[in-house]
Parts: sequence; structure tokens; C-alpha cells
Amino acid sequence: MCRLSAMTSDDYFSPLENILALETMKEGHDGSGLGLILKDLGGEFEQLKKYPIFSGICSKKGLEDLDGYMESQGFKVKFMWEPKIKPMKGIDARDHYVVNVYQYPDEYRNRPQEEKEDLLMRTRLNIRQMGEHDESIFAFSFYPDVIALKEVGDPLEVAEFFGLDKDPLKAKIVFAQGRQNTNYAIYLYACHPFFIQGYGSMTNGENTAFVPIREYLTSRGFSGYMGYNSDSEVFTHILHYSIRQLGYPLHYYKDIITPLKDTEMEQRSDREAVTLMKKSLRPLTIDGPNCVIGFTPDGTTFMVQDAKKLRPGVVGGVKGKYALMSEECGLDKAIPVRDKTKDIFPMKYDMVIVSPGAREVKVWNQLHF
Amino acid sequence: MEPASFLDNNHQLSYHELPYVISWREDRCTRCGRCTAVCPVKAIEAGVQVQRLVRSEGGTPVPSTVRNVSHVVRQVTDVNRYCTGCGTCTLVCPNRAIEPVYNDKNKFLTHKNRGGAAYTRGGRRNDPSVGTVDQLKFTRISMLTDPALDAGRHEFHVRTLLGRNLPPEKLPLKMVDGKLMVDHDSGQFIPPVREIFPIRIGSMSMGALSPPMWEGLAMGITYLNEVENLPVVMCSGEGGMPPRLLKSRFLKYFIPQIASGYFGWDEIIHALPDMVEDPCAIEIKYGQGAKPGDGGLLMAYKVLKLIAKIRGVPMYVDLASPPTHQTKYSIEEAVAKMIQSMSMAWGFRVPVYPKISGSKTAKAVLNNLARNPYAAALCIDGEDGGTGAAYNVSMDKMGHPIVSNLRECYLDLVKQGRQNELPLIAAGGMGKHGNLAANAAAMIMLGASMVDTGKYIMQAAADCFGDEHNRCNLCNTGRCPRGITTQDPRLYRRLDADKVAERVVDVFKSADTEFKKIFAPMGRSTQLPIGMSDGLSIGDKAAADRLQIDYAC
Repeated sequence: MCRLSAMTSDDYFSPLENILALETMKEGHDGSGLGLILKDLGGEFEQLKKYPIFSGICSKKGLEDLDGYMESQGFKVKFMWEPKIKPMKGIDARDHYVVNVYQYPDEYRNRPQEEKEDLLMRTRLNIRQMGEHDESIFAFSFYPDVIALKEVGDPLEVAEFFGLDKDPLKAKIVFAQGRQNTNYAIYLYACHPFFIQGYGSMTNGENTAFVPIREYLTSRGFSGYMGYNSDSEVFTHILHYSIRQLGYPLHYYKDIITPLKDTEMEQRSDREAVTLMKKSLRPLTIDGPNCVIGFTPDGTTFMVQDAKKLRPGVVGGVKGKYALMSEECGLDKAIPVRDKTKDIFPMKYDMVIVSPGAREVKVWNQLHF
Repeated sequence: MEPASFLDNNHQLSYHELPYVISWREDRCTRCGRCTAVCPVKAIEAGVQVQRLVRSEGGTPVPSTVRNVSHVVRQVTDVNRYCTGCGTCTLVCPNRAIEPVYNDKNKFLTHKNRGGAAYTRGGRRNDPSVGTVDQLKFTRISMLTDPALDAGRHEFHVRTLLGRNLPPEKLPLKMVDGKLMVDHDSGQFIPPVREIFPIRIGSMSMGALSPPMWEGLAMGITYLNEVENLPVVMCSGEGGMPPRLLKSRFLKYFIPQIASGYFGWDEIIHALPDMVEDPCAIEIKYGQGAKPGDGGLLMAYKVLKLIAKIRGVPMYVDLASPPTHQTKYSIEEAVAKMIQSMSMAWGFRVPVYPKISGSKTAKAVLNNLARNPYAAALCIDGEDGGTGAAYNVSMDKMGHPIVSNLRECYLDLVKQGRQNELPLIAAGGMGKHGNLAANAAAMIMLGASMVDTGKYIMQAAADCFGDEHNRCNLCNTGRCPRGITTQDPRLYRRLDADKVAERVVDVFKSADTEFKKIFAPMGRSTQLPIGMSDGLSIGDKAAADRLQIDYAC
């Protein structure tokens, strides 16, 4: 089973903090991979927040193809960063770990945000398609102020491999997942966290309702709902669909993936709406067991679980820095000095929402709204 | 040259031509006469037999011959009185002296057309082979990567939705203070949707079924709803419903069916102002899996006073429903109109859906319905469906297997992104080999929202003799030896409606448990796993490819 380590802060911190927390949870993952997403970037990226960043892995040929394609689409490189690779036994270094900051094509500079986001997603999908057959390019994300790093191996070793222990790379939100491969082949596209147009999530547990959910998402007519090399990718896309596409407030994500029973809905003031939603969005109900940790474009982070709650999770911290972890030991490592009595173990009706900048934590209860 | 008398029997059939041969044991028979009295087709009769016996009494053998006249039970070889193998004789025999034995070398169909009358019967397709649905296995088991659920401990929600679900984009919602509220001023029609148990009792009419049978089913499902909290519903079949039931609060557990004969609808429409509950749904029958392209038929001798009254017809006339609705010109307008008319009759508060027979053309119907905002579902009845009366050729040779038909329709809906909008109902052959819940679960994982069952219920709840070896299948004659499909009080008094109801309850309660035993190891409990095709495999590569599921061997 995968281990999850997410942190949100009002100050920039190194992703190594997440990875050291993951290390304490080591017995729960088999080192089949590490996925990292950094959002709200500091350091060299702090001044580049409005520019889209492409994160991916390329072979030599893949990099040439990438450069050629980006140029043809009018994207100009503004800044390039590459991790300083430290060769490690057991980790096969690939040619290029690409983190490129681009300028939008001229005609898009003044377009509305939504159009820009669609352009970025389209571009990422095209790049993915270009490099998928020969694995010359893996395209993880293409979005402003977000970096994704993924590699197969033990998380701590991968972190060392990426030189994260020495690099000043920092962010205010970092999601890290230590992967325990379950049903599907070890493959970089199967590595959490998943990301689409500002929304990201990572999950542990197996998604038993994966196929009907995948079929529902892929039939929404939205090109970004693809991939699904992991059964957990659908959680990210459901999040995106609920909030960006349908325009629902964040907490309705919980109502979509784990709807209340009809009798329980009676006490909700919005029962009419959630009753209709439950029927219309029935194929997106998850059956778990899963713990989902996610973020939205504004920097809100959250944790939810399926109704059976066979995959626990914990949220704790201090004002200005909170950690959302799959295990308490991870939380102890990440934020050792905190009031432990205030740690939150979300129950089946709960959605723990941490506001941007880790200013406040709210437990939204599905029953009482 | 042999004498002409040797040829006297030449135009008679031998037992070998008949599907069932009576095995009678003279030594056990008490000559009580029950078997011959009870035989629904008079296939056996009492006879007298003269035997020459050699006897010897006393200390030394002194053989003498005597003529012994004894009474015997004989099978007749008249093809019109063929033994159907029902076994009622065995049932009533106090000494186990008689039983029909299936003759797999019979040439019955070669002979069952005397007088130019093609063979008609009731029942089902005479194909005892194991069909696709029974070959499907549940092969995705949660175990170590994730714990399986405990069927006895976890909370399961084994329910489905009957009715059209709006796509989320069309939900009339508005935001008020950070909450979503239904915008009642939007003018958006919100279709009615019912939450029910995913196995329903399929359409079997009052008329085709005897009063105690229909009453037993009705009592059974009412008990399940009211006492067991299992929302099982049943379809009336074409033939109306008892007026008192129409005006009762129990109407919500029933789906009145309208078919091409419109039988019973005069009563239903007249009862409308007095209805205190809406029916669960309305089924419009356009086709039936057992006899695609054929209409319904209730033989005159089944049209007794009660049936005539409910159906609004004179007594003792053949009630033939035409093969097609006479008002139907094209699917585009007539079906839409009919769905709309029926919806309108109940103020658009009741889901209305058509039932068709399995067919290569099912997808065309589906696509039409997908575009009709008032169509609530599509019921597809496969070739293994049953019927009270049909030509043998229709039953045996016409129709489409349900599995690929249903799957194809579901995948078509997936392609259009409408898989949650229009529920599919699979019928025909569910529980054919006794695996009702497993068949239902497999169909659900292939994309059905629910299944219908008929024959299984008749067998489980009323011990129907019928099987795929043409056993009994006398439903069309009105001489059902179990009292299930007859209007003859001398026959249906054999059937106890309360016992039928009890067995209906048994069937659904055990199916509910079996569902949990299937879904729990697959890690599913909160939602019916509609379309969870990764849970299924089949040991037939061609079928696996056709159904787009895994091949496992």
C-alpha cells in the first residue's frame, strides 16, 4: 500500500521534509517509486509564478522532439532547471529530467485563464502522445507554479538521486508519495501524485470501482481525462470534474465520491441538490478502501476517505504548517512540535480542509451542513 | 407374405419417438388410479392385460397354466397425448411405482405437427446447455493488496435506480451561500427515479398465471418491501391488475405493463382518479424474448370471469395481442408519443420505459431512447425468456442471447457518455441454471442496472415442473398440473398463495445474501458495481473478446 506525505505551509520548505516523513513510514511501501509535486514554488521559481512549467522526463531524442514541438507552438523557454543527479545504485538515470519554464505564445498572453489552461493541457497531451510509444518523453505536468518529479526506486534514494538534499528547491505545498505497486505494472505514468489543470491528488488503497469510473470520465468528452495507468488517477480527475467543470464548491467532492445514504441526507439543508447529484454522479462513487489527499489551484489542501475507512489518515500541525499523512509516524517526523491532542483523524463523514498558507484547518462534516 | 393383421400397428408411434417414456412397476402399483386421474394430458391410462402364467404348487413340480387378467397402467403413443414428463403421476403415487424417463433419442418434433398444426407450447427455449451468463466468473478478488469486505458485517447497499438520471451538467442547481440548491424556476424536467432491488419479478400476467400464483407473488413482494425492507418490484404483464390493488397503497411495488392488446388498461385508466400511490413504473411491451415478433396469446379457456373482468373482455374468447402496437408507425414518433402519453397520465411522476426482445436492432432502439428525455430505461429480453404460449419454433429458434446484446448496448451508452442516464434491464434466462444472484451480478458488471426473472420464480416459488428438456411446458393448455398457469379452479386449488409468497420472500432474501457474498470479496459495497467489467472473466476467448472482458482459463 502506498504511503502519502503532504505538507502545506505559509513559508517555503524543502521537499526533503516530506521524504524524510515518508522514510518513517517505510514498512508500508516497497520502494517501487517516488512521486513529488511541488506547488507555490520558491527559490529560483518565485519570480516566475505566472509562467507555465513543463515537468517531465526525456531521452536525448525526446528532448529534441520536445524543444522542436514547443518552439513550433510558440512557447519560448524562459528558465530551465534540472536536478543535479547523483548516481545511485538501483536507480537507472534517464537522460533528462526536464523542468522548463516557458513564456506563453504571443497570441495567448492576454487570453483568459481558462483558455490558457486548455492550451497547456492540450500541449501536454500532445507531448505525451509524441513520446509515449518509445518512452522518449514522459510528460507529467504543464502548469504555472507547479513542478512534478517522478522516478522508480526507494523514495529516500530517489531524493538523493535528484540531489534534493542539497538543492535549494522549495515550495509551500509539497505532495509526496511512496509507491507500493498493486495491480498494475511499475510505470512512471502510474506514479502519484496526479495533476490536471491546477488540481492534484494522491491516494492509497485500491480503487475497486476503477473501471466504471474510468469509463464515465473518459466519456465526458474532455481530452484530459485519459491515461489511467493507475486506478488512482481517477480521483484527481473527479476532483477536476467536480470543481472546474461542474463548478461545485470543494466539499461536494466528498458528496460525489462517498454520497450519503438517503436517510442521512434528510438532515442536510441542501438535500434536494445532493439527492439529485447522488443519482446523476452515481458512477463516480468510490468504493474504497482509499484515503485521498488533494489540492486545488488556490492552494487549498484536503483529505477524505471512503465510507469504510479501511485506509486511515491523519492531519496535524501548527498554524502556518500542516501535514496530511497516511501515518501518524510521518506526521511526527514532519512536525514534531505540535499539540498532538489536536491531530485530526478524519472519520467517514469528514473532509479535512486546510486553507491556503496553512492558515486554518476545518473539518467539514457531511452529515451536518 | 405376412398377414395384414401384423401391420395393424404400423401407423402408430413407438415409445422411442416420444420425449418421455413411462416407467411403471407392476409389482409396486396398488392400482389406486391416482396417476391416471391426475395426468394433465391423459398420456397414461388404465388397461387390462391378459397373461399366461405357469404355476406349480405342492411338493413336486406339477406345472399348470392359468390365464391371469390384471390391471395395468399404460402409456399411450398418440402424439397429441404425449407424456410431457411433468411427473405429476410420480408425485401422487403412494408407492413410487411410476415415473416418466427422458428419452434423449426421441423424434418428437418430427411428429408434433399432426393436422398441419405447428407445435405450440409454453415454457422456454429447449436448450439445456450452459449459456454465456453461467460461464461468467468473478475473478477479481480483493485479498492482500486490499482487504476483502465481510459480507456478514459490512454495510451493503444493494440497490439500483429505475428511471432516467439527468447528466450532471443538466441538473438545475444554483449556488446559495456556498450551498447547491435546486433551482425550481429553471423549467428543467427532473425525471422520476425509483430506488429498487436489482432483481425484479418480470412480466407475467394475471390470466397467464392463476389467481393464487399472481396473488402469491404480489403478497411476497409486498412483504419484502414492508417487512424485510427489500424494495423488490414486479411487473404485471399484459392483463391488468386487480382493481383493489390499483387503488391500494401497495401499487407502488408494481409495474403495470401495457402491450399491444391493451388488455386491462380500461380498468387501470378508470382507477387513476382513485389511486393513492403511483405505480413503481410503467412498462411498454414491444417485444418478448421468448417469441420475438409474436404477440401475446391467452387461450379462450383461460378467460374466465375474473380474467374477463380485469381485462375488460367477454369470457371464453381467445385474447390475442397483435405482434406490434397497431398505433405504431415509427419509433421516432409513435414510441415517443406512447412514452409521453403514459408519462402524462401520471403527471410525469412515473418512469415509463419500453421492453423489447433481444435483437441485433436493439442498439437502434437504444439510441432513439437515449435521445428521448422521457424514456426511463430500456428492458431487453433475451432468447432464454419464457412465455405462457408460443410456437415452438419461435421459442427455440428466434431471438438474441441477452449477454452480448446487453453488453453491446451498454458499451454504446459508454461511448456516448450516457451510461448513467438510461438504465438497462436484462431479462431472459436469469437463473436458468439456478444461479439467480450470480447471473444478476454478472449482468450488472457487464452494464445492466437490474435484471428480471420469471421462470426461476415459478420454479422456486411454485415448483413449476418446466425445464429445458421440454418437461411439462403445458402453460398454454390451461392444464398446469401445479396450478401455476391455469384458470381451472380444480387445478389452481392445488396451489397455496401463502406458500408462494413465503418462497418469494425466501428467494429474494437469499439472493440479497448471495449478492453480498459476490460483492464483498470484490471490495464493493456502497454502490452496485454497474459496468465493473474488470471483475469478470470467461473461459471462452471469443466470448471474452466480444464482451470486452478478460479471458481466464
